[in-house]
Amino acid sequence: MSMTKKSRIFTICLFIFFILIAAITLLPLALLAVSSLRPGSDLMRYGLNFSIDWANANLNEYKMLFSGQNAYFTWYKNSLIITVVQVGLALFLSACVGYGFAMYDFKGKNILFLCVLLVMMVPTEVILLPLYRLIVKMKLINNTWGIILPYLVVPMLVFFFRQYLSGIPKDFLDAARVDGCTEYGIFFKIMIPLMKPSFAAMGIYQGMQSWNNFLWPMVVTNSIDKITLPVGLQSLLSPYGNNYDILIAGSCFAIIPILILFICFQRYFIEGMTAGGVKG
Amino acid sequence: MKKQSVVKKFLYSQKVAPYVFVMPFILTFAIFFAYSIVSMILMSFQKVAGANTTFIGLENYKILTNAVFLKSLKNSVFYTIVTCIMMIPIPMILAAMLNSKHMRAKGTFRSILFIPALTSVVVAGVVFRLMFGELEGSFMNQVMNLFGVEPIIWLRKPVTVWITLFFLCLWRWTGVNMMYYLSGLQQIPADLYESASIDGATGMQQLRYITIPLLKPTTIYVLTISIFGGMAMFSESYMLFNGNKSPNNVATTLVGMLYRMGFEQNQLGIASAIGVIFLLIVLVVNVIQLRINGTIGSKKGE
Repeated sequence: MSMTKKSRIFTICLFIFFILIAAITLLPLALLAVSSLRPGSDLMRYGLNFSIDWANANLNEYKMLFSGQNAYFTWYKNSLIITVVQVGLALFLSACVGYGFAMYDFKGKNILFLCVLLVMMVPTEVILLPLYRLIVKMKLINNTWGIILPYLVVPMLVFFFRQYLSGIPKDFLDAARVDGCTEYGIFFKIMIPLMKPSFAAMGIYQGMQSWNNFLWPMVVTNSIDKITLPVGLQSLLSPYGNNYDILIAGSCFAIIPILILFICFQRYFIEGMTAGGVKG
Repeated sequence: MKKQSVVKKFLYSQKVAPYVFVMPFILTFAIFFAYSIVSMILMSFQKVAGANTTFIGLENYKILTNAVFLKSLKNSVFYTIVTCIMMIPIPMILAAMLNSKHMRAKGTFRSILFIPALTSVVVAGVVFRLMFGELEGSFMNQVMNLFGVEPIIWLRKPVTVWITLFFLCLWRWTGVNMMYYLSGLQQIPADLYESASIDGATGMQQLRYITIPLLKPTTIYVLTISIFGGMAMFSESYMLFNGNKSPNNVATTLVGMLYRMGFEQNQLGIASAIGVIFLLIVLVVNVIQLRINGTIGSKKGE
């Protein structure tokens, strides 16, 4: 009797504890959402807080955001294009490479795979400057391809696809060859359908990387019509004019679509964004 | 016509096909990674002025004795160590609590704690910069006011700057690390705990002798990403101070220094030397890690 009572108290304490943690977690985003309902000048005068006059709360900032008087949606469009192109290309090319590593034995394979691990280990910030100089030489500064090209084959994805495919027996390939399937036919007709479930998780992993990437796009682009959403939002951080109006409402509007996607496809998000975990 | 079929036969042969498949990697690796590394190493021994380069030996590496550089290195190492100390036990304990059979609504809490990871460093930085603003009405100053503390200029003195940076890190990454630990926990067989509790092991003993040792692979992984993430930290500091310009370099990091030299002051040679130093640090950390955890290396080769 006392045992169950004790465990019930424990359950309640645990629950309250997690409610607190959840509240603290959501607090910064709630602050952002509440502040998007008041003018940016309030923010400059009183600071970011919850003391809002609800009677005067309104959607004016969002109206301003959608008015087309600013570059916000150009940035949004740039980010969207880069994300879609990069996810598509990175998924396909990394799947090719991962497949090559998983299914074939060839000369130089081990050294090449070591190179994959090397790129995976070295933070991209290390080669920020030489890579930038290279992009300058290639005349891809201020160009969407300058942002995309260096990260076409993503080591993390290669690693994951290789791992995913290594469970498939190689006899399977031989059987297909006997049936007259070419090496590429096997990949396109048999393997890609088999890999579909992993594309969802990996697509989300890469999509989040591309959508949220900040440092590299900031370095590579410099004109207001070429920058991506994170770079654009950062440029609004100085409190001049109506910068803060757009900054706050714009930040909210940058998260909302991802939040909706997250709620719908939670499993894939968590799978994708933690793919590096214990599988290694 | 005939020539074409020979080419086709060549490309379609089982010997050549694997190279076609891995070609995208070979190309991007050679063009972007290997080329960058080599040109960075070369530049680190040169004085670069426009198109003119002159070999100057180890001159650029004198930055190693520069006080600001040393401070930035110290900042990066400090940030890395503290984030590792925070970002391993806290998510591990939260995961263990969330995984407990006494817990309700596990899925909901798991999702909520994961949400910050969806935000970009920019949105997170904007919110934290304003939350930790110096105005009396900024959220954190309102909180301090509850405790009777006068408004604080958070982003000026080292202690409060670091508090802000650590809060930012904790907020964004606790959920993700917790997820790693949750999936690690789910791989521990339940009967281990059952037999332990039959033998009279307390919850604490179970945590000490079953959970923590069996979570070692997860811990190694989280430690690895925390070390590299910590050493490469720059954007967080850039966002909080609206540029690479923290007062008195309180939050200037290694990458911040590289950025300052390479992109702000046009000291390409020195920036390259910093890049090389950074690369060496990364490689040394890796070698040490492979030595200590020989197991993970053999596991990856499987």
